[in-house]
Amino acid sequence: MTEKKPRVGLFVTCLVDLFRPSVGFAAVTLIERAGCTVEVPEAQTCCGQPAYNSGARQHTKDIARQVIALFEPFDYVVAPSGSCGGMIKAHYPDLFADEPAWHKRAENLAAKTHELISFLVDVRGMKSVDAHFDGAVTYHDSCSGLRELKVHDQPRQLLASVTGLALKELPGAHICCGFGGTFCIKYPEISTRMVSDKTADISATGAGTVLAGDLGCLMNMAGRLSREGRPIKARHVAEVLAGMGDRPAIGEPSVSGSPQQRRGAVAPAKSR
Amino acid sequence: MEPHSLDFKEAAKRALADTELQKSLSSFKAGFSLKRLEAIQKLPEFEGLRDEGIAIKQHTLAHLDFYLGRFAEKVEAAGGTVHWCPTPDDGRRAILEILRTHGAKTATKSKSMVAEELGLNEFLEANDIEPVETDLGEYIIQLAHERPSHILAPAVHKTKEQVSDLFFEHHKTRHLTEASDMVAEARQFLRPRYLAAGAGITGANFLVAETGSIVLVTNEGNAELTQILPKVHIVLATVEKVVPTLEDAATLLRLLARSATGQEFGTYTTLATGPKQIGDQDGPEAFHVILLDNGRSKILGGEFSEVLRCIKCAACMNHCPVYSVVGGHAYGWVYPGPIGAALAPNLIGLEEARHLPNASTFCGRCEAVCPMRIPLPKLMRQWREQEHEKKLSPPRFRLGLDAWAYLAKRPALYALATKLGIGALSIFGGAGRFAALPLASGWTATRDFPAPEGPTFRTAWKKARG
Repeated sequence: MTEKKPRVGLFVTCLVDLFRPSVGFAAVTLIERAGCTVEVPEAQTCCGQPAYNSGARQHTKDIARQVIALFEPFDYVVAPSGSCGGMIKAHYPDLFADEPAWHKRAENLAAKTHELISFLVDVRGMKSVDAHFDGAVTYHDSCSGLRELKVHDQPRQLLASVTGLALKELPGAHICCGFGGTFCIKYPEISTRMVSDKTADISATGAGTVLAGDLGCLMNMAGRLSREGRPIKARHVAEVLAGMGDRPAIGEPSVSGSPQQRRGAVAPAKSR
Repeated sequence: MEPHSLDFKEAAKRALADTELQKSLSSFKAGFSLKRLEAIQKLPEFEGLRDEGIAIKQHTLAHLDFYLGRFAEKVEAAGGTVHWCPTPDDGRRAILEILRTHGAKTATKSKSMVAEELGLNEFLEANDIEPVETDLGEYIIQLAHERPSHILAPAVHKTKEQVSDLFFEHHKTRHLTEASDMVAEARQFLRPRYLAAGAGITGANFLVAETGSIVLVTNEGNAELTQILPKVHIVLATVEKVVPTLEDAATLLRLLARSATGQEFGTYTTLATGPKQIGDQDGPEAFHVILLDNGRSKILGGEFSEVLRCIKCAACMNHCPVYSVVGGHAYGWVYPGPIGAALAPNLIGLEEARHLPNASTFCGRCEAVCPMRIPLPKLMRQWREQEHEKKLSPPRFRLGLDAWAYLAKRPALYALATKLGIGALSIFGGAGRFAALPLASGWTATRDFPAPEGPTFRTAWKKARG
């Protein structure tokens, strides 16, 4: 007798949806390998964090209600981001402190929402992955995942099982990269200094690739690395764990360079 | 002091370009946080101690009137005087009156951030009383005519070479290269000042309601000389510094030193209760406590009341990635770093301080290391909410936010708009990244902007699985 597979609603996050669909497909692959079925509610937009951290509470609540209604039918909600996952898990209930009915719904959703890698390891008991990656990588702990959701050991544990991969710990891995959502636009000079300190640390590890669990931080680090002319690639950790580490890295041109052909390169084959 | 926090952005830019400052900050960065970590790793009950500390503070704040009343009674019973000062102006007046009554022409001072709130040095100078800073860091910045840039290490922004030059200029001795020689020289110059001072002014780390004592922590012993040698001892403290008992103060002291400098205990921890008593070998003849409110009672019971748990350990700024690259002066008022960002708008107004709660990535390290677990990112976000409601943020930013939120609340329209937008970006993003993008110059001035891989995930997903 086989147990019914848990249904996972993938909260793909707006950044992954728009800029790095590979991470979404990597997440789907990993969640399916963890014995779940994955659905992608089409009406999803964003978790509301940009509004929340800009002090626009009403906008945030409107968006949060939308997310709650869309995702509450699932057994689990999984996001390939500690930041967006943290928003739903750690902040949604607070938003509705004065609305008991919504507060309860927010709490229910929060309880079943997880950041991708911690979901695989802590909830689904995944201990290893079947993946190969050639070379040395270093790992940056994104702030929300680390401090709000306690994501630290889980990615390291799974990375240890990737054949061919050597993890070089990043000194100051727990220090912010300077992205901070709208912060990087409001205070670009401070943000630049922070990310430059980060890329210097990354470079000093000697690793050819930096991994992290949040696309915002990754785009920030990748953008600075390439501007500085450092030949270091940036990828979401899920890509490597799903065996997709041979695709063009963040900010790299696709093999063909043409958007038409790139379309085919992004999605894995249907039959897989 | 007069705030200039509205200038944060420009001040931060200047700080980032200041090579001497950056040199000082780079050595500051790892020091405090590493020492703190080592200290708490040696104390398994640290988390429990935090719980105890928070409970003490919460209880005291809930009964602040009672404990302040008891503290004042005990001070008076010991022969001292308490001056209730609602405003900085009241505080300055009370201090001046005490100094004039005792004919003090100079006053030695140990480190006090409350004195900074009062702008005390300028005020005393304007009234022909010479303030003499005795904390080494404060002494340095007094010579340099600057303000503290950190609440524990006021001269942390200065390099050793700058201090050496400053001492040479003022002491007219010889150029020193070793820090220990500079300390020795400063002590030599300060020693006669202690003895000649008409009054000694100190801060207080805690006020103990049970006994009417003040508790002072230093690593230099300068506060002890400041309070014991002159005829008058004036204590500057804000109202939230009171704790019920000596036992409570001891609990908080264990948290304070570890969180601040990674020490198990400050080098000197001194309790003072009233003036010199019969049979005492030494001590001041008069003992005055300036109990300053300066807006704290308005914070009490409101949505920012958790800031009043602060024990001024500076762990938040020691671990702040923004503070550690721009330094304390950029914040433009007495308290820099995350605690300043949460506290300052209460005291100097959000209009003036509006940048401070925004100048955070919400990385959460401040809250993680705060011994009192003050939810600093939450408090900063509350300020951002007020800023948004009062429309204090730049109109362009609000407009962009509203437009984005409008789309985010309309999934079908959002899907269409993102499909078109990402499609356009993809066409131009053949190189994989953009070196310049309209409306995103803040990013692209120093960073490439990664181009989208292709169509959105949802579009690709529908094609692959739909």
